[in-house]
Amino acid sequence: MPAPQERRIIFRHIDEAGYTPDLACYVRNGGYGVLRKAVSRKPEELVDEVKKSGLRGRGGAGFPAGMKFSFVDRKSGKPVYLIVNADESEPGTFKDRHIIHQDPHQLIEGTMIACFANRVECAYIYIRGEFPEGARILERAIAEARAANFVGPNILGSGYGCEIYVHRGAGAYICGEETGLIESLEGKRPYPRIKPPYFPAVLGLYQCPTIVNNVETLCHVKHIADMGGEAYSRIGTPNNTGTRILCVSGHVRRPGYYEFEVGRVTMGQLLNEVCGGPLPGRTFKAVIPGGSSAKVLRFGERYKGKRKVGADMVEYDWGVEDIPMDFDSLAMIGSMGGSGGVIVMDDSVSMVEALANINAFYSHESCGQCTPCREGSLWMKRITARMVRGEARPEDGALLKSVADQIAGRTICAFGEACAWPTQSFIAKFGDEFRGYAEAKKARGSGGAPELV
Amino acid sequence: MNPPAPTDLVTVNIDGRDIAVPKGTNVIEAARRLGVDVPHYCYHPKLSVVGNCRMCMVEMGMPAVDPATKAPVIDPATGRQRVNWMPRPAIACATSAAPGLHIRTTSPMVRDCREGVMEFLLINHPLDCPICDQAGECRLQEQATGYGRGYSRYIEPKNVKPKRTPLGPRVMLDDERCILCSRCIRFSTEVAKDDVLGFTDRGSHTTLTCFPGRRLENNYSLNTVDICPVGALTSTDFRFKMRVWFLKQTNSIDTESSAGANTVVWSREGTVYRITPRQNDAVNDTWMADSGRVLYKEIRSPGRLDSVRVDGGQSAPAFAFKAAAETFARGRLAVVGSGRSSVEEQFLTRKLAEALRAPAWLVSRVGEGDGILVSADRNPNVRGALVTGLISGLPSAALDELAAQIDSGKVSAVVSVGEDLLAAGLGAERLSKVAVIYLGTHANATSEAARIVFPTLTVFEKDGTLVNQQFRIQRFARAVPGVAGAVDDLVVLAGLVAAAGGPALGGDVGSLWTSMAAEVPALRPLTYAGIPDEGLPLDPGPWSGLPFAEGASLHFKPGAPAPREAGRA
Repeated sequence: MPAPQERRIIFRHIDEAGYTPDLACYVRNGGYGVLRKAVSRKPEELVDEVKKSGLRGRGGAGFPAGMKFSFVDRKSGKPVYLIVNADESEPGTFKDRHIIHQDPHQLIEGTMIACFANRVECAYIYIRGEFPEGARILERAIAEARAANFVGPNILGSGYGCEIYVHRGAGAYICGEETGLIESLEGKRPYPRIKPPYFPAVLGLYQCPTIVNNVETLCHVKHIADMGGEAYSRIGTPNNTGTRILCVSGHVRRPGYYEFEVGRVTMGQLLNEVCGGPLPGRTFKAVIPGGSSAKVLRFGERYKGKRKVGADMVEYDWGVEDIPMDFDSLAMIGSMGGSGGVIVMDDSVSMVEALANINAFYSHESCGQCTPCREGSLWMKRITARMVRGEARPEDGALLKSVADQIAGRTICAFGEACAWPTQSFIAKFGDEFRGYAEAKKARGSGGAPELV
Repeated sequence: MNPPAPTDLVTVNIDGRDIAVPKGTNVIEAARRLGVDVPHYCYHPKLSVVGNCRMCMVEMGMPAVDPATKAPVIDPATGRQRVNWMPRPAIACATSAAPGLHIRTTSPMVRDCREGVMEFLLINHPLDCPICDQAGECRLQEQATGYGRGYSRYIEPKNVKPKRTPLGPRVMLDDERCILCSRCIRFSTEVAKDDVLGFTDRGSHTTLTCFPGRRLENNYSLNTVDICPVGALTSTDFRFKMRVWFLKQTNSIDTESSAGANTVVWSREGTVYRITPRQNDAVNDTWMADSGRVLYKEIRSPGRLDSVRVDGGQSAPAFAFKAAAETFARGRLAVVGSGRSSVEEQFLTRKLAEALRAPAWLVSRVGEGDGILVSADRNPNVRGALVTGLISGLPSAALDELAAQIDSGKVSAVVSVGEDLLAAGLGAERLSKVAVIYLGTHANATSEAARIVFPTLTVFEKDGTLVNQQFRIQRFARAVPGVAGAVDDLVVLAGLVAAAGGPALGGDVGSLWTSMAAEVPALRPLTYAGIPDEGLPLDPGPWSGLPFAEGASLHFKPGAPAPREAGRA
C-alpha cells in the first residue's frame, strides 16, 4: 500500500518560500482570525471543542488535552497559569523549534485561545536555553502581537486580557518534565515534584492551578477552535486524532519532519517511501519510534495480539514496518509514540555503542533527586562505556538489565522510565549482541567507536 | 493528648492489620503506630516531604468498587472486599491515610525496591565506616544489614568528591558519604530560617554546598549533623573523639534559656562528649541550639571551684557550715537566689531565706530571643522560683534594692547562690562591706571576695527539675559524677538551712519532693518520679499576668496557655 499524502496542518507554512515569522505575514495568511472568533465565544465551549477533538498531548505522554483542561482546580479562587512547554529536548525530536522559528504566531494564537478557554490571564513560554534564537523570535512575535492587541489587556475589545512571557531555561533535559519545569520557572533547581500532592492542575506554578502544554499541542488547539472539535476528531484514527509531526533521524535517505494524520501511515511507509528507505547497501536494523527514551523496535520481530477495530477485536500480526504510527498501536506493541522522534539505525550500528550513547545522555541529564535514577543511570553509563572501551564481560548485559529494572517505576518523575527503557529494550531485543560484544569488538579491531564521555 | 474527633480518624490496613489514624497521617507514621518500621532516609517528621530517597516504597491498594454502581466488589474466596493493588510501588512518606487504604511493607516487591535502593546508595559510597563518626548510628549501616546484598556488583570506578569541606565553624561535610537526601537543606530553610545550603551539579555528581559567600554558621547548624542520616555532616567538636556505641545517654535539659530544650547528654567514664536534642513535640521538636551543645565544657573549664573555702583557706564542709552559722547569727542577712538553680534548689533557697528571715532576690538575665529555641530569658528557671515561692515577682537585672539595704546598713551578710554580685551591679566597695557566702561552680569576683565558698555541681552532675517558659516542669538527670571536691547543691543548701536554725530537710531530690509537694501548691499533685520524660505543664494561672521577657518561640506564644501534649512523631 502506498504511503498516504502528508497532511500539513501545523507545518503548513514551514519551509514555505517567502513565509516569514513576522506578524504581517501571519495575518496575511489569515492569522489571528481564529482568536478573533474565539474571544467572542464562551470559554467553556472552547474547552468542549478540545475535549470533542480527542486531541492528545504531543509532548510525549499523549495525555488527552481536553481532560487536562478540565482537571484545573477552579474552586480555589487562585489564578490559573498556562505554561507552554518549549523545552524540546528529547533526543530525536525537532518539531517545536521549527514552529517557533518559522511560525511563532501560530503558537501565540493557539496559546491565547487555550488561555481564553481556561480563563488564564498569564502564560509563560518556557523555552530551552539552547534555543536563544527561538526565544528572541518569540519575544519579537509577542511584542508584535501585543502591539496589534492580540496579546495583553482587553484583547480585540473582548474585555479579556492575557500576558505571555518568554522564560529561557538554562539547559537541562529535566526542565521539560512539567513539574521540573514549574520549579525552574519559580527560580529553583528543576527537581520534579511528587504527585501527589503537587498535581499541576491543582498545585502548580506558585502553588496555583497550572496547565502545561507542549508547543505542538497548543498549535492544534488553534485549528480545533477553527474547524471545531467534531471535524478535527475525524482527522486521524479513533482515539488518535488529528495530525502529528514525525521527526525522522538516522539512517534513512531523507531524514526530516513529516506531518501525517495520526495512525494513517505505518512505520514501513514512513521509512521506506516517505524517507526513501535505507542508505545504499544497508538494511534497517532497529528503530526507536518516539524519542530516545522510547523502547527500541527490532526489524524482523513480530508483534501479535488482538486489537480493537471499531467494536470488534481483530487479530494482528505485525512486523515493525506494519505498525501504524499512532499512540495506541505503539503502546500496544510495547513502545510509545512519545514525542514523535523516530530514530533509525541500520546494520552498521553496534547496539552496544548506541546504548552507550543513550546512557551517556541520560546519566548526564538525571537531575539526581531520586536515588535509583541518579545512581542507576550513571552505573548503566559506566557499564556501557566500559564495554565500548573494550572491557566488556559476558554478564554485563544481564547486569545492565537488572540495574534498569531497579529504576523503572520507582522514581518521582518519568525520567526513571526514560533512562531505563532504552537499556531494558536494547538488552531484551539485542541481548546476543551484548553477550558477544567483547569478541565482536576484538574482531573489528581498534577502528571502532569513539571514546564516549 | 486531645483525642481527635472520631470523624477525623480513618482506618487503614497495614500488613493485614487495621489501625485508625488521623486523616492525612502519612504511611510511615501510621505504620510506626503499629510497630512496623518503614525504612527511610529523606523523610523527617519535622520537615517537608520531598520523597527523593525512594527507600520507603511500599505496595499500596484501595478497596475495589464497581465503577458503575460504586458498590464494593467482594472477593468470593474470602468474603471480603477485594483490594486493587497498584502495580507500581508508592512512597510511604507522601502517601496519606485515606479510608480503606491498604499497604504492604513486607511483600517481595517492597523488598526488591529496598534492596535496589540500598545497592544504588552504596555503589558510590566510600564505605569508610571504620573511620566514620556516624558508624553505629548510621541509617545506611542499619538498612544495609536488612537490605544489603553483602557483596558488590559494582566494578566501575566510584565517584570522587571532597572529603572534608567545612560548611561552617561547627559542621564538616564529607561529600562522598552524602546521599543527597536534602534534610539539611530543608532544615536550614524551614526551621533555622537561614537559607544557606543547596546542591550544585547534577545527577550523581550533585554536591552539597553553601551558597556563594555564605557559611553554615547559624546557631542551629549542628541540627543538620543530627538529622544527617549518614556520616556526611559531622560535628567539628565531636568528630573523631569517641565511638558512639561506648557512650551512655542521659536525659537532660538545655539550661541556656527558658525555652528548656530537651537534650541527651552522651558520656563515657565521667566525661561528656556531646549533647544532642531529645524529641519533645511540645517544646523543641527534635532541635536544639548549637550554643546549648557546648555547655558541657563548663564541667572541666578553668576556674571550676573544687574546694570548700573559709576565709581564703581550704576547709572541711562541716567547718564551713559552722562558720556559716556564725555569720548567720551575727549579721543581718539577705539571700540572692538564682534563676539557674533547679526547682529543688530554689525551694531550699526559699527555706533558707525563711529560716534567716531574710529577703530573697533573683538576678534576671535578659538577652535577645531568636524566636526558635533560645528565648529572651537566659535564666532557665525563673518560673521555678515563682512556683516554689522563692520570689513573688519578676527579677530585675540589678540588685538596686539590695545595694540600698547594704548602704543603709540593713544588710551585713549575703548568701549568693551562684550569682556574681559584682556583675549584678553591687560594686566592689559595697561587696567589701558585707560577708558573702557563695555557692557556685566557677570562680568569679564574688567567690574571690566571699568569706565562705561552697563549690557546687553543674547541671550535668546532678538531678533535678526546671520549669520552662511554658510552665512545663522538666527533669534532668546526672550524666557524670561531680568533680572531686564539689558538693551537691542540695546538700549545701540543706546544710545552710540547718545552720540558720531552719527545719531539717533532705539533701536529695527524692526526700525534698515529699516536703516540696506538701508545701508548694502547684506541685501538690506531683511526684518526682511521676514527671514524664516530656515534662508536665503546670498551671500558670497565678503568674499569668506577669510581664515575662520572652517573645514567641518554636512552641511558645507569650501569654498563651501551655500547649497540650502533642503526639510523639
